[in-house]
Amino acid sequence: MQFSELWLREWANPALETQELVDQITMAGLEVDAIEAAAGEFSGIVVGQILSFEKHPEADKLNVCKVTDGSEEFQIVCGAPNVREGMKIPFAKIKAVLPGDFKIKKAKLRGVESFGMLCAEEELGLADKSDGLWDLPSDAPLGVCMREYLGLSRDGRDDKIIDVDLTPNRGDCLSLAGLSREVGVLNKVDVTAPVIEAVAATIDDAIDVQLQAPDACPRYVGRVIKGINIKAASPLWMQEKLRRSGIRSIDPVVDVTNYVLLELGQPMHAFDLAKLDGGIIVRKAQQDETLVLLDDQEVKLKADTLVIADNSKALAMAGVMGGADSGVNASETQDILLESAYFNPIAIAGKARNYGLHTDSSHRFERGVDFELQRTAIERATSLLLEIVGGEAGPVVEKTSEADLPSCAEITLVEANIEKMLGLTIEASEVEEILVRLGMNVSNVEGGWKVIAPSYRFDMAIEADLIEELARIYGYNRLPVRTPMAATPLLPVPENELAMKDVRRQLVGRGYQEAITYSFVEPGVQKLLDPEVAPLALANPISADLSVMRTNLWAGLVQTAVHNIKRQQPRVRLFETGLSFVPQPGKDPSNLDESLVQDPKLAMLLTGSRTEQSWSEGEQGVDFFDLKGDFESLLARTGSQARYSFVPAEHPALQPGQTASIELDGIAVGWIGALHPNLAKPLGLKQAVYLLEISLKAVRQVEVPAFKPLSKFPEMRRDLALVVTDATPVADVMSLIREKAGDYLTKLNLFDIYQGKGIDPDRKSLALGLTWQHPSRTLNEEEVNEAVENVLAHLADRIDAQLRG
Amino acid sequence: MENLDALVNEALAKVASASEENALYQVQVEYLGKKGTITSLLKTLGKLSNEERPKAGALINEGKVTVQTAINVRKTDLQTIALAEKLAAEKIDVTLSGRNQQEGGLHPVTRTLERIEAFFTNVGYNVAEGPEVEDDFHNFEALNIPSHHPARAMHDTFYFNANTLLRTHTSPVQVRTMETQEPPIRVICPGRVYRCDSDITHTPMFHQIEGLLVDKDVSFADLKGTVQQFLKVFFEKDLAVRFRPSYFPFTEPSAEVDMECVMCSGKGCRVCSHTGWLEVMGCGMVHPKVFKESGVDAEKYSGFAFGMGVERLAMLRYGVNDLRLFFENDLRFLQQFR
Repeated sequence: MQFSELWLREWANPALETQELVDQITMAGLEVDAIEAAAGEFSGIVVGQILSFEKHPEADKLNVCKVTDGSEEFQIVCGAPNVREGMKIPFAKIKAVLPGDFKIKKAKLRGVESFGMLCAEEELGLADKSDGLWDLPSDAPLGVCMREYLGLSRDGRDDKIIDVDLTPNRGDCLSLAGLSREVGVLNKVDVTAPVIEAVAATIDDAIDVQLQAPDACPRYVGRVIKGINIKAASPLWMQEKLRRSGIRSIDPVVDVTNYVLLELGQPMHAFDLAKLDGGIIVRKAQQDETLVLLDDQEVKLKADTLVIADNSKALAMAGVMGGADSGVNASETQDILLESAYFNPIAIAGKARNYGLHTDSSHRFERGVDFELQRTAIERATSLLLEIVGGEAGPVVEKTSEADLPSCAEITLVEANIEKMLGLTIEASEVEEILVRLGMNVSNVEGGWKVIAPSYRFDMAIEADLIEELARIYGYNRLPVRTPMAATPLLPVPENELAMKDVRRQLVGRGYQEAITYSFVEPGVQKLLDPEVAPLALANPISADLSVMRTNLWAGLVQTAVHNIKRQQPRVRLFETGLSFVPQPGKDPSNLDESLVQDPKLAMLLTGSRTEQSWSEGEQGVDFFDLKGDFESLLARTGSQARYSFVPAEHPALQPGQTASIELDGIAVGWIGALHPNLAKPLGLKQAVYLLEISLKAVRQVEVPAFKPLSKFPEMRRDLALVVTDATPVADVMSLIREKAGDYLTKLNLFDIYQGKGIDPDRKSLALGLTWQHPSRTLNEEEVNEAVENVLAHLADRIDAQLRG
Repeated sequence: MENLDALVNEALAKVASASEENALYQVQVEYLGKKGTITSLLKTLGKLSNEERPKAGALINEGKVTVQTAINVRKTDLQTIALAEKLAAEKIDVTLSGRNQQEGGLHPVTRTLERIEAFFTNVGYNVAEGPEVEDDFHNFEALNIPSHHPARAMHDTFYFNANTLLRTHTSPVQVRTMETQEPPIRVICPGRVYRCDSDITHTPMFHQIEGLLVDKDVSFADLKGTVQQFLKVFFEKDLAVRFRPSYFPFTEPSAEVDMECVMCSGKGCRVCSHTGWLEVMGCGMVHPKVFKESGVDAEKYSGFAFGMGVERLAMLRYGVNDLRLFFENDLRFLQQFR
């Protein structure tokens, strides 16, 4: 909400400079966003009048005007198109200063002398754009300083426009009345409201009002005013107050309703009485009923929308915007119906937004308008209006459903709870003064107070609300500061779980850079990388390329790699941790726990050269085993390596033959492999990329060490050169060996793979080292030989493995 | 006996010309060994008179010592030369970079979160996480933001359907924690949050971290103390901090926290819009309705909560001037945060 400082000071005028005032209300929770001068800086400009004018002898577009300031006459050369005899204008005399420190001097324009300048609003910093000279009202007093005439200065103070960003709970401050109440309580100064007296009816015309949705509109106040002069101009002081509040002057009726909105906080509306068919009916819209709004857009109404209607049609969207057809027309309206209603916030909230609308009116009704203000507001509007446009007022018609009006919150404030919540005691007298100045009705009860909140404080419901008010007015920064005291039980740190910090540190130590990518991705990329899962799609994505939830973490990493490769980064190793979102088809979508699996994952991406280009290393591209080794280094930290297996498998995004399913205790927990060559081009890649994704829960499982006694007895080792078919996975050979090597096999390692001369082309030779050790005695030759024989027989039987000859 | 001096001189000459340890060994054997020429002179002592014998013996021994000393000195010299040669041969350029460098690092958001988590876990807070695809209840209703509430408009929520959305803040984790845990509760909830907003100062995804403390007799003073201390340890600077009344549906009283601008020390600059203050977090005392929805007895317990944007803190801490850099994942950016 934007308002004029001088207007506020008409209501409450504390002895504070502008900046002090602004700081004060900011620190009271009414955050000031901006302070601006109410007009450009100018001086020496007075109200003048054009007595006569004639064409410049040398220039078509210039006029030579005779201008008076009421005591002297001046010759002015002026280029404005709208000069008129008798016109009153802002007149900048010699030595006047216009905004931007532009000094007016005597000048000669095409040979004709000019003693000053006639001004447009724009030139005084009062409008962004003007079409010609500012045509001042005919009653403007000649010779009076424009600043004074416009009310731009008072008591030596230049007016400022203050823009305050109010939180949604403070709808009560969306008016000068509300703001001044705050300033009053903060400074303990009295607030002077304008005197509003009832305007007696001079005609009998009234209109029938029916409340057909009393829960949504429990009070409707209307009044007929007939015979107005719609062409009358709003007084300059009103136009200026509106302007400084960011509202343009339209016509006197609209200006007055806007003025009351700003002054008291009551949104009002005026109908052209001639356009109404019978009385006013406040009802819910019929589904798909149409209404052309003031901004000329036609809306199809929904059945939950409250409308103001007459006997035959909807006239206005209640509390949001009037209709184009029934509104006041600046060229023909003579009789009007003024509306001042209370709409329940719940009936208005979100409705404007549903139609893509947001108005000063809906903004206030959503937040809550004082439900006891309607009659006062209509009296205020009537008296302002009659003064400007004349006419005769009918009686005030009020329909109220008392039962549907909100009730003022009645709250018990326990004195001891103030200290409990704030950590300090506030004197009882100060508590009372703060609450009373805020408009609360306060009475003493045992141990505290009974407080009845005023009808404009929709945010008062519980004791904490009152305590916040006390803290706010007392000053948050005067409240004490304390270090919380608490019991300090030792917290469990499960040793069987690897800390996230350690997961990250290990990968960083292996040269991986952590990335954080958006959880929503481009559907095409998502489909390439996980074609078999239909991802969860956003109903209102920010853009098409961020519209589905990732089902794995690869899309973000691949795009990050592409981004960096394009920027001359040949070697990219990335990891990311975060949730993947995998919908579970066939499950009840309203049960989120079942229909969507949101599991934390770790993903890694590797591409480019194995090492940084360096004096010490040759340049070699990475392969599958670089990624696998880096991942295994992480497993090594968990002690769970033996529980993992890498099972040859196929994944639609990965290259067949270079893909493994990662299994923990035989259960698939992740994937590792080379990106499928077919995907490189559509993803914008020209080099091999290796990807891994694994469940973070799995990878963080740590085997807590269990001690085994050290054997004092010698080891026995046998090396075997086995020839197997090329397709036989080494892991299978190893597990077959373990099955038959007996209980005392302590180590098994593959130390060479040979293919080539001397070996069948579709076979490979594996060099394996087997080590046995017994915990409590020396093994003998026979035992080991027997184990080797068992192993060889088993291998021959199962995978046709032979000892190399 | 006459040739003792000659033999000694001869030996000394050979020692002097020896260029390796082996040559010295030869001299040792040839002159001083059991059958060495100088040693052999001792056998001639028998031919001398009793008076002459000791004197001659002493001379021979003296000669032996002279040669032996010369051998020892020469040996040390040769070793020194050999070492010097070896060292010269093995000299390397120690300014070359080390082998097999690994250049990895944490994302600045993670780095920031890890620091913040450490401050709080050190004093007994637990880290709690929750789902990012949330239901309306946990993201809004349980936090006292009913469907018609104007605060919903400020959240710019991403929806999947009427009831399912991307969480707009980490506050639902507070609700989930209180639903499952009895007070006292001390948790810190970091994570990704989402708002349908994208411009120079907004990304549709960002990170928040929230703290929640629920116990008996927790007051606003405890909240102020915690927040002030946090900002001081985070920025490692004794910053001025102020609390401004604000509004969040899930806290009452609520406050916005401003701290002295870290860029200009409160003098006023572009970063703080020339106010000297930076708005860094929101906080307040947990609203009784939130306690009720989460099953905590509001008569018995009170609590405070605070929440902040992680990217904003990281930007202020490290001087990053563009929010969007955080999600471009350009290595030239990321590698600045090792």
